[in-house]
Amino acid sequence: MNSFMTDILQTSGEHVVLVATAVLAAFAVGAPAAIALTLHARTRRWVLGVVNVIQTIPSLALFGVLLPIPFIGGIGKRTAIIVLALYALLPIMRNMVVGILGIETGIRESALAMGMARQQILWRVEIPLALPTILAGLRIAIVSTIGTATVAAAIGGGGLGTFMFRGIATADLTTVLAGAVPAAVMAIIADEVLEWAERHYSV
Amino acid sequence: MTAFVEFAQVAYRVDGREVLRGVDLKLERSEALVLLGRSGSGKTTLLKMVNSLLTPSSGEVRFEDRRVAEWDPIRLRRRIGYVIQDGGLFPHFTVARNIGLVPELEAWPAQKIRARVDELLDAVGLAPDVYAARYPRQLSGGEKQRVGIARALAADPPLLLLDEPFAALDPVTRYDMQQHFLKLRRDFDKAALFVTHDLREALLLGSRIALLHEGRVEWVGPSAEFLQAPSPHAQTFLRTLELEPAR
Repeated sequence: MNSFMTDILQTSGEHVVLVATAVLAAFAVGAPAAIALTLHARTRRWVLGVVNVIQTIPSLALFGVLLPIPFIGGIGKRTAIIVLALYALLPIMRNMVVGILGIETGIRESALAMGMARQQILWRVEIPLALPTILAGLRIAIVSTIGTATVAAAIGGGGLGTFMFRGIATADLTTVLAGAVPAAVMAIIADEVLEWAERHYSV
Repeated sequence: MTAFVEFAQVAYRVDGREVLRGVDLKLERSEALVLLGRSGSGKTTLLKMVNSLLTPSSGEVRFEDRRVAEWDPIRLRRRIGYVIQDGGLFPHFTVARNIGLVPELEAWPAQKIRARVDELLDAVGLAPDVYAARYPRQLSGGEKQRVGIARALAADPPLLLLDEPFAALDPVTRYDMQQHFLKLRRDFDKAALFVTHDLREALLLGSRIALLHEGRVEWVGPSAEFLQAPSPHAQTFLRTLELEPAR
């Protein structure tokens, strides 16, 4: 029993690392891209369209598609992280774009008219005002990635899905729950914490 | 041939529509020129060309004897105060930070910014110890406009651009603000380009009035002469001053 608990903790840790790496990667790519997209309406529709389509591909299928591709594919954590990051991209980018574009025109115009430079407007006006929306996107990304990451075990990505697949294969409910319960708890905690942050930063 | 602000043969086209055509206007230092016109007459477009928010399709705008296009837009805008209808205050900044923003961008020392903010809050009739720490959402419409004007004056620019700043206020507050603005402009000795669709306001605040109609300057002259202006559009505006109670 004791080693079972250690096993759960260790696997949960793996799961957290998987989710954190994927969401951070998605944010590192998605956030600057989203900021650039706020300036170009045509590119914006096109890029968000593609990101949207990615979102509709079932995760297991996406894992399958990536498996045979060299460098980014193959069995293991790297493929899992890439797939999870692709899924996290949409809520992060869409919320960032919507948050920034949703700022009242009068406010952006005032910022320009007061002689603020583009970078100053971005950091001092647009990002602070869009922060609650950006955090909401991050929350959706993290919570859904915690769930999707369980599928990563199918391609050897590790994480709590390992228990779930093993439990399903052996028809052992305890083992399934050993994966499902920590994942659910993780999702609930992440949701609560980020929701608090969202409220805290709303004007 | 030198003027403080000068429009020369300014035209502006957008999506095949002519918003402004052949506009010639001049504004002297310390003068208040009102741009009067109905919605869509092009008055706001004209205003935004001075601080380079919009660029004329042809013709040129000059500020302090230099073409606006030659100015560094950031330097230009920090020398021109700008006030808009809803105030355009930053909701995440306190009143003090809103007012002190341009001085902050200009890297004034904190002490000097604080003193300037207090001075301006006093000048627009808001007690600094009550209002400095408030956020825009805690202000009434009139108070927001006071803060908006204080913010425009912060770095002591020689020119103010005002785009229907009092249009959304109730008539009594509007009257207060107009009186206050008259006094402020005198005390601080600012030139002003003031956009409005309200003739009463134009007559009260402008030393001169330029009447815009469908992108052209229909009439321009001293406010007092507007009452005798022969333009039919001026006559239309004058009819809005007549009081006829319902019977």
